[in-house]
Amino acid sequence: MGQETVFRVGLASCGIASGSAPVYERLQALLAGCPDARLQRVGCVGLCFHEPLVEVERDGARYLYGEVNPELAERIVAFHLRGEGDVAEHLVASTTAEAPENEMLARQVRIVLRNCGLIDPERIEDYLARGGYTALRKALGMKPEEVIAEVERSGLRGRGGAGFPTGLKWKFARAAPGEDKYIVCNADEGDPGAFMDRSVLEGDPHSVLEGMVIAAWAVGASEGVIYCRAEYPLAVRRLEIAIAQAREAGYLGTNVLGTAFSFDVHVKEGAGAFVCGEETALLASIEGRRGMPRPRPPFPAQKGLWGKPTVINNVETFANVPWILVHGAEAFARYGIGRSRGTKVFALAGKVRKGGLVEVPMGMPLRELILGIGGGVGEGRTIKAVQMGGPSGGCIPEPLLDTPVDYESITATGAIMGSGGMVVLDDTSCMVDVARFFLQFTQGESCGKCPFCRIGTKRMLEILERITQGKGTMEDLDRLAELSVQVKDGSLCGLGQTAPNPVLTTLRYFRDEYEAHIREKRCPAKVCTALIHYRIDPKVCIGCTLCARQCPVGAIAGERRKAHVISDEKCVRCGQCAPVCPVNAISVESP
Amino acid sequence: MRTAPPTAEDRTALAALIAKYRGKRGVAIPLLADLQRRFGYLPPWAVEEAARELDLPAAELFGVATFYSMFRLKPLGKHVIRLCRGTACHVQGSLRIAEELQRRLSVAEGDTTEDGLFTLQFVACLGCCSLAPVMMVGEDVHGRLSPAKAVEVLEGYRARAGKG
Ligand SMILES: Cc1cc2nc3c(=O)[nH]c(=O)nc-3n(C[C@H](O)[C@H](O)[C@H](O)COP(=O)(O)O)c2cc1C
Ligand code: SF4
Ligand code: SF4
Ligand code: FES
Ligand code: FES
Repeated sequence: MGQETVFRVGLASCGIASGSAPVYERLQALLAGCPDARLQRVGCVGLCFHEPLVEVERDGARYLYGEVNPELAERIVAFHLRGEGDVAEHLVASTTAEAPENEMLARQVRIVLRNCGLIDPERIEDYLARGGYTALRKALGMKPEEVIAEVERSGLRGRGGAGFPTGLKWKFARAAPGEDKYIVCNADEGDPGAFMDRSVLEGDPHSVLEGMVIAAWAVGASEGVIYCRAEYPLAVRRLEIAIAQAREAGYLGTNVLGTAFSFDVHVKEGAGAFVCGEETALLASIEGRRGMPRPRPPFPAQKGLWGKPTVINNVETFANVPWILVHGAEAFARYGIGRSRGTKVFALAGKVRKGGLVEVPMGMPLRELILGIGGGVGEGRTIKAVQMGGPSGGCIPEPLLDTPVDYESITATGAIMGSGGMVVLDDTSCMVDVARFFLQFTQGESCGKCPFCRIGTKRMLEILERITQGKGTMEDLDRLAELSVQVKDGSLCGLGQTAPNPVLTTLRYFRDEYEAHIREKRCPAKVCTALIHYRIDPKVCIGCTLCARQCPVGAIAGERRKAHVISDEKCVRCGQCAPVCPVNAISVESP
Repeated sequence: MRTAPPTAEDRTALAALIAKYRGKRGVAIPLLADLQRRFGYLPPWAVEEAARELDLPAAELFGVATFYSMFRLKPLGKHVIRLCRGTACHVQGSLRIAEELQRRLSVAEGDTTEDGLFTLQFVACLGCCSLAPVMMVGEDVHGRLSPAKAVEVLEGYRARAGKG
């Protein structure tokens, strides 16, 4: 029998959306009855912008192909199994051959994503084959205090946003008096522009489970809960499968691996409230109540779920733990700078060319991440800023892109590391509009307990709406700054305390854009609909009538072969006319 | 759409659900989720009956139902449109798609069209940011949308519904 050839197809959300299912089916048909070929379904490979992706591995060499359709899949099989034809032009990355994205991958370090895209998330055998659950065996041979010490020495900090040292959190929970203790995994992923946790849960669920079992051993817990967003049905399903497999194999349940230690986990689905990502609100939600935050202390490590000592960690935090135990704290701490060690996963999106899931060592300058890995922005565009940390974060302007990715440096810019959402903005993005977008989000998600969060954010949103409509005044800018301080100080939980960040950072770095909206009634990026006008150049228009037929509100009039005119009153600024014009006669203007 | 009064079958299903939660703690969210799975939304009669049977204040169940965006007190259309209003989609112009769909379907966010064919929902990040702007119709993801393309996609569903 010859060497086995493995074919992998990315079947995560974006892969399926781009058409990887028919590719998988075609491969299934082609490889059926092929003794030395194996087909594997994998999660997010990270190169989302090249989906559908197919990877071929043989003799340890890997070849990743992008933009694969069923026909190309057939040619890939012919080439790799029979040496027929040539598919090199579709190669996007490879461990042995030259390929366009090799460098992008070489700059990354995959600790959390070590198995994502390489294993079938529904097969525990795949996880075991890559060294899965060896960390747990090792941990069970250590004293709990030794496990905690190892995690402490690694310098691992919480990846859910706040960056609290994980080892220390475990130490507090271990020291807290009481028999019953809980481990909770925060898989609520509320940042509305991020999908790191989802990709890990969908692509490598066992890594999170293993991290949780190790945490349970370390703090002396016997029950665990994974609180997962209801919007992630695939993640929930994969977790359920992984839990059943782990129980079956003795990694979960009574007498884990034959020891006296018992620990079991179940999944609790969230129900769609951003504030439930906040740890005390999350606990209230698990207990079946409305997810409203409560003051801390007491911290969950002392009084958490059902009043018992509880460790709450983020998905990515747990996924790091097995790697640390296998490779040692020093290997982990070798990556990173200052008090930020290891790596961080980011969901790179927005106006960037190569959007996807990337994992980089802490300390990498943002510029390298966005330009070197993300490939910068589109042709002819200029990068303006990067938004980090979602609704709690802020916009870091282009001149500050040399800032290294570490908790303290990012915080110094006014943004936050956050959970890993990274949205790149270019000259076609309006910073006032971005601030308004986030405020609208947090305003809608405020649980309403604190008047400042509830009403203050509403006042701020009203002001931002006025400004984007060209009705703002310069006093409004001072008022925004004042309200920001009041909301920050007057709110109980992180939602309210951080809600003003998108406004504060844009005011700080892009005040000129606010002023253009207010003084000149002009949106420099031509985004804010109240301040833009669509216009047809009568000298260019050939009167083809296409735009008039496209316009959903009948705002364009004109006779065939005569110049057409847009009624500014009727126009709803949907922008549908401009792309259909064959001669580019339609332009957007902001005075 | 089901707005009809409960059938005997509905009542049996409800009784079975209630039995599952009797004597347990922290049941509100999973119970409501089960009800919604069974009925497609939360029929007030079912919520009230569950509250009575489980000895919970009905106001508490309704409080939980209105706090979380997942729960609906109104029935859904045949196709649920989930338009992404996450950050990546926003900066790629999803607001214009939202406006166009509301205009074309004559519904506001969260509402169902007159003919019961579509329910329009706005959601955050569908995990396909590299395809932004994105929407899901039922289980299908449609990416790289423009307002015109989004309308075209829906017309496809409408045409198929017309035939079926
Ligand atoms: C409004 C708000 C939303 C949050 N959302 C999340 C979330 O979606 N996921 C998460 O892991 N942490 C979230 N957090 C942070 C948690 O409160 C908590 O710090 C975290 O789960 C601790 O885990 P870690 O130490 O591993 O980061 C949120 C906090 C606030 C204030
Ligand atoms: S800050 Fe806002 S979300 Fe947080 S508790 Fe107060 S009102 Fe609720
Ligand atoms: S599509 Fe262009 S050329 Fe045709 S009528 Fe409109 S503006 Fe004129
Ligand atoms: S989800 Fe497909 S590569 Fe990321
Ligand atoms: S923001 Fe729309 S898919 Fe992520």
